[in-house]
Amino acid sequence: MKIGVVTFPGSLDDVDARRAAAVAGAEAVALWHGDADLHGVDAVVLPGGFSYGDYLRAGAISRFAPVMETIIKKAGEGLPVLGICNGFQVLCESHLLPGALIKNHHRKFICKDQPLRIENNRTAWTSDYDANHEITIVLKNQDGSFVADEATLDRLEGEGLVVARYLDENPNGSYRDIAGISNERGNVVGLMPHPEHCVETLTGPSTDGLGFFTSVLKAVVSS
Amino acid sequence: MARVVVDVMLKPEILDPQGKAVHGAFGRLGFDGVADVRQGKRFEITLDGEATEEKVAEIRKAADTLLANPVIEDYTLHVEDDR
Repeated sequence: MKIGVVTFPGSLDDVDARRAAAVAGAEAVALWHGDADLHGVDAVVLPGGFSYGDYLRAGAISRFAPVMETIIKKAGEGLPVLGICNGFQVLCESHLLPGALIKNHHRKFICKDQPLRIENNRTAWTSDYDANHEITIVLKNQDGSFVADEATLDRLEGEGLVVARYLDENPNGSYRDIAGISNERGNVVGLMPHPEHCVETLTGPSTDGLGFFTSVLKAVVSS
Repeated sequence: MARVVVDVMLKPEILDPQGKAVHGAFGRLGFDGVADVRQGKRFEITLDGEATEEKVAEIRKAADTLLANPVIEDYTLHVEDDR
């Protein structure tokens, strides 16, 4: 079982994402943005960071990287893809997920331990969580405010595609407190907070993030 | 050589934190009478030759796919004559 992690110019959390994949028991494979070959991986993580310095819009230039052309095609065929933070922005820019992410409403960078509720545990990345499981993982972002038109928000909620919601105070202005969403099939998930930083107690506030990586191991084995 | 200008703005219903920050600075600097500030992006695209219909259509396609995100932004496009 191989989890590939893409490195774009300006990715920051690719090494942590590979480490999290390994802690979960997968073989972590480094993928390069300029290489369209996925090297036989069973799932892909698009990591956090500031790819291309967030020039133009966060994720807008990375979305056209050679590796993304392959990922967009394979995601359509069911490949599990998790976009974390900047990766979530890339998934929205790629139109694999609806909506967009804009600057935090309070205009400051945010870095904190954030409580969340996992509202959809039927995706490839969340099956190891209980329904409405409450977790605390790291949130650190600048463009973290999830926006979409009312019809899209209603559809996401109506179809149960909201994967995670912020608890307590809304940290970045995201509409309807949305922290993460999935596509209809449940193989593509975008999440603003960082599960990959929360897989070992030495360096994170919890190990609550590990479930994303163990979930996808099971999803791949059972498919 | 002709130039095509693309102006991109956040849709009116999308909050613009950068514009808000600029508006806040107006107040601090004593520039009064300003109700709101919205910040956008301007792209000046210089073509190899004349701005033919086909070339402008290509730039419009680039604006749709890359320069603006239709989920949150609108754009206008115009051709500037040789100077």
